[in-house]
Amino acid sequence: MIKIQELQKYFGQLHVLRGIDLQVEKGEVLSVIGASGSGKSTLLYCINGLEQIQGGTITVDGVKVHDKGTDLNNLRQSMGMVFQQWNSFPHLTAIENVALAPRIVKKKTKSEAIEIAKNQLVHVGLEDKLNVYPSELSGGQQQRLAIARALAMDPQYMLFDEATSALDPELVGEVLETMRLLAEEGMTMICVTHEMGFARDVSDRVAFFHDGIIEEIDTAKNIFENPKSELTKKFLSKVR
Amino acid sequence: MENQISFFSSFALNDIFFMAEAAYRTLLISIISISIGTFIGGIFGWMLFEGRIIAIILLGPILDVFRSVPLIIQLVLFYNFAPIVGFDLNAFESGLVILTLYTAALVANVVRGGIASVGQSMRRAARSLGMNYWQDLRYVVFPIGVRAIFPSWVGVALGVLKDSALVSVLGYVELLRASQILMTRTQEPLLIIAVAGAFYFALSYPISRFSARFERKWSQ
Repeated sequence: MIKIQELQKYFGQLHVLRGIDLQVEKGEVLSVIGASGSGKSTLLYCINGLEQIQGGTITVDGVKVHDKGTDLNNLRQSMGMVFQQWNSFPHLTAIENVALAPRIVKKKTKSEAIEIAKNQLVHVGLEDKLNVYPSELSGGQQQRLAIARALAMDPQYMLFDEATSALDPELVGEVLETMRLLAEEGMTMICVTHEMGFARDVSDRVAFFHDGIIEEIDTAKNIFENPKSELTKKFLSKVR
Repeated sequence: MENQISFFSSFALNDIFFMAEAAYRTLLISIISISIGTFIGGIFGWMLFEGRIIAIILLGPILDVFRSVPLIIQLVLFYNFAPIVGFDLNAFESGLVILTLYTAALVANVVRGGIASVGQSMRRAARSLGMNYWQDLRYVVFPIGVRAIFPSWVGVALGVLKDSALVSVLGYVELLRASQILMTRTQEPLLIIAVAGAFYFALSYPISRFSARFERKWSQ
């Protein structure tokens, strides 16, 4: 379970997250929507400990992410993260990309790591691209590679930071399909997204961010069919 | 005019061996200073990138001095001042120290740029997989950065190889100094300088060929 209480985050003078309270249960898929700059992505970085926080707490499976004694490298293994820029390692083939972290972080043997990598690449539908360098893959394939890479660490949670925003429109579908597949398998997911169709169809709950706070959070059905906040209504009318 | 004394003698096969030996000395001082200089420069570059306060206040300006002051001035100053502070260094050792520091100063800036070129986003991706700082540096930043800076580094290495000619002012008999000696003796400057140029080319060319091959391999 990911539990966020009273989270405060500043970038210098800029107050990015202004008191976030949020709880994500095992198996839940939460979509986070809202305008650019509303703090959605920052929230994910904070959960993963990639950003410091200035107030409040984030607890993942009972471990406080920003406590001094927390072994972040260990904790991060339970949270796979997929970025807007897919960040595939350009000097490694697809299978090496996926096998790297299991081998050096989890200390698997080379053959174990390769086995894990192969399974995850099959999982995301890249079984015919095992020995291909990222430069020869399309954006959509690279993003699926990034998903496989994160999954190879056997995470409990997956954090998606606008995973489809940097993709050409015709490549968005394959990545969303992979995410949908994960959701169906019961993965706990937090998806920052601009894909309203995905948010509506796949997520259990949807959180609407506005100006550093959660303006409204409810089931996907309620948010899209019966939003309570005027701001939510306004936002949805613009993006649809 | 039968018994005129000749002060000069013409260029002979032996002189080629003399120049080859001098070329070996050029290679020796270059390889050692490029190797050590690259290693030190790598550490300096990492320190500059990490931007700890000491690196910015001390290291940056010191490296700027080595980059900005002409090498020949550095050599002469160091060679003459080192004994005063208790280092009794010969021409080779003085040249080695300065060439090494000079290489390090140039490489440091190349390396800093190389680390920066990897980008925060890529490094966060590595860290998000559970890699610690050093694993990220070793398995992600290093291989990507090396590929990025390799052409610049080859440029530095070739530059140092050629600039090592300046160590001749200290009296170290490397390729240029040997050529000067031969020119004085044979009075055939054009021939000798051409041979010396050929030697420098023979030393540099394999490096550029090798690097071109590496770049082709990496660009796949």
